[in-house]
Amino acid sequence: MRSMVYRGPYKVRVEEKDIPQIEHPNDAIVQVKLGAICGSDLHLYHGMMPDTRVGMTFGHEFVGVVHEVGSSVQNLEVGDRVMVPFNIYCGSCYFCSRGLYSNCHNVNPNATAVGGIYGYSHTCGGYDGGQAEFVRVPFADVGPTKIPDWMDEEDAVLLTDALPTGYFGAQLGDIAEGDTVVVFGAGPVGLFAAKSAWLMGAGRVIVIDHLEYRLEKARSFAHAETYNFVEYDDIVVHLKKATDYLGADVVIDAVGAEADGNFLQHVTSSKLKLQGGSPIALNWAIDSVRKGGTVSVVGAYGPLFSAVKFGDAMNKGLTLRMNQCPVKRQWPRLFEHIRNGHLKPSDIVTHRIPLEHIAEGYHIFSAKLDDCIKPLIVATSA
Amino acid sequence: MAEIPTPYTSGTPALKETAEELRARIPGWGVDLDPADRPSYPREQPGIETGARWDFPERQPEKWPRERSVEHAFVTPVFGTSTPPKGISGALRKYAYRKYSEGRAAHWLVLIAADRVDAWESHLRSFATLRPDNPVTETGVLSEFSHHGASSRVGKKRADINHQWIDPILVGAPWALAGLGAVVALRTLRKHRPA
Ligand SMILES: NC(=O)c1ccc[n+]([C@@H]2O[C@H](COP(=O)([O-])OP(=O)(O)OC[C@H]3O[C@@H](n4cnc5c(N)ncnc54)[C@H](O)[C@@H]3O)[C@@H](O)[C@H]2O)c1
Ligand SMILES: [Zn+2]
Ligand SMILES: [Zn+2]
Repeated sequence: MRSMVYRGPYKVRVEEKDIPQIEHPNDAIVQVKLGAICGSDLHLYHGMMPDTRVGMTFGHEFVGVVHEVGSSVQNLEVGDRVMVPFNIYCGSCYFCSRGLYSNCHNVNPNATAVGGIYGYSHTCGGYDGGQAEFVRVPFADVGPTKIPDWMDEEDAVLLTDALPTGYFGAQLGDIAEGDTVVVFGAGPVGLFAAKSAWLMGAGRVIVIDHLEYRLEKARSFAHAETYNFVEYDDIVVHLKKATDYLGADVVIDAVGAEADGNFLQHVTSSKLKLQGGSPIALNWAIDSVRKGGTVSVVGAYGPLFSAVKFGDAMNKGLTLRMNQCPVKRQWPRLFEHIRNGHLKPSDIVTHRIPLEHIAEGYHIFSAKLDDCIKPLIVATSA
Repeated sequence: MAEIPTPYTSGTPALKETAEELRARIPGWGVDLDPADRPSYPREQPGIETGARWDFPERQPEKWPRERSVEHAFVTPVFGTSTPPKGISGALRKYAYRKYSEGRAAHWLVLIAADRVDAWESHLRSFATLRPDNPVTETGVLSEFSHHGASSRVGKKRADINHQWIDPILVGAPWALAGLGAVVALRTLRKHRPA
């Protein structure tokens, strides 16, 4: 089969690999039709995530058709069209049985702090991902769901990570009616978080980024008020002024480990890997939220330490909430929102790239060329 | 508007738009206002239906000794089999797992060092194959020409321009150095060849 393969930082290519095999009775093998590149994949692509091995296939957002099932699989049959959450999880451990699917304890021998994620380094379990023609899907009775007939395939692929993560990020903010919500990052996750904040009754939604074309999308798609942080000497002071010196009730970090805005922080983390992630957006969040407010973190950081301004968070009495998104828990409610027309996730898709051209896809998305917001990957055989 | 800004007095700031105005402007405004409608509220939901019919999953066969965190009681019943550790980088990885818990910076720093070694081992190995690594095609950098590399940056207020120049150096410098090294080595060899 054709498969994206990591060749070292900033380098990927398509190689021929064996079709994955059933390794556990509850496995399924899925033939991928549509995948995507996530902002999280950029952390791998830039070599920031420890234990990212040459030869691994990335990709944790994909939909496809069941090609083979293991002996104990009951909920799926060969030929079913399925969407697969980015979390790999057992459904039965201490954490899964309480709904913390992204924190499963039975799928990742490499780390106890992280659950299992498709194509996301050995630190997340060492599974090959879905930027390929076929992928092994463990716990086929737990994670995947048949794509409803009415659902668009592009909406389905965005439901495997980006949309639920944004929606979850807004929930972590515990938004109350009329709250002022600031979202750092106008990537797919930030755009969906901003849009979701309104569903939860926000009174004002402000999105911050430095890419003008993404801020434009935040205005048109997410109905948000936007500021380009490059235009302000100090974005925190600007946000204080914009909120009558109070600060926002809720701030969502949808940027993560490669935040820009401070050369030293960015270079020490993204290029030199001396920090688990550049904490610029997180520090801005801590400083621009009001005292007693909530910071929701869905931006991803590596396991190494980062220079976070913890004292400010403590002195301000903040509530810090965060996690990888437990995707499947979000689905029933998100399906309703899509059906009712409240959400149209595929509106943010800008590029549809054949698997064979995935190296260009990574560069375009990473360097933010061509007004790219969300690139989908079309498997060769689809 | 009062002259004293919000936080200095007890009042709540006036809303810019009323709920009615927001509902009219934004599709779905407030449909999840009630926390009970939010799927991740409360965070933990004991007994949630997951589809699992086992209390502890069957164990997947371990085809090679699977490296694991010392914070785990055993190799988890299910795990990825993407890329077994190999070469010097593999030895480093196994050492990091055996020696240090996830709580230790050394654990992660050794793994990151192993990642760098792995890339170089793999590049070298690729030169012995019919498909050597090609930094031009593998970085996708030619998309700079087909996808508006210049106009995506020029005249834009982008914060990432100040460090993007580092990327080609990070990727290219070792290749350039390796090339230079090869030339010097050849010259030296030639010089020392008896005439
Ligand atoms: N928690 C989860 O389950 C989960 C799931 C998916 C993605 N993520 C993480 O969410 C983050 C965003 O993902 P994405 O796909 O939207 O990525 P993306 O790279 O497309 O978006 C990040 C955006 O942040 C902007 N940005 C950079 N520095 C900034 C700053 N200081 N202030 C404001 N904006 C800044 C960038 O210009 C970009 O538009 C990533 O870290 C990703 O790993 C987490
Ligand atoms: Zn992701
Ligand atoms: Zn579990």
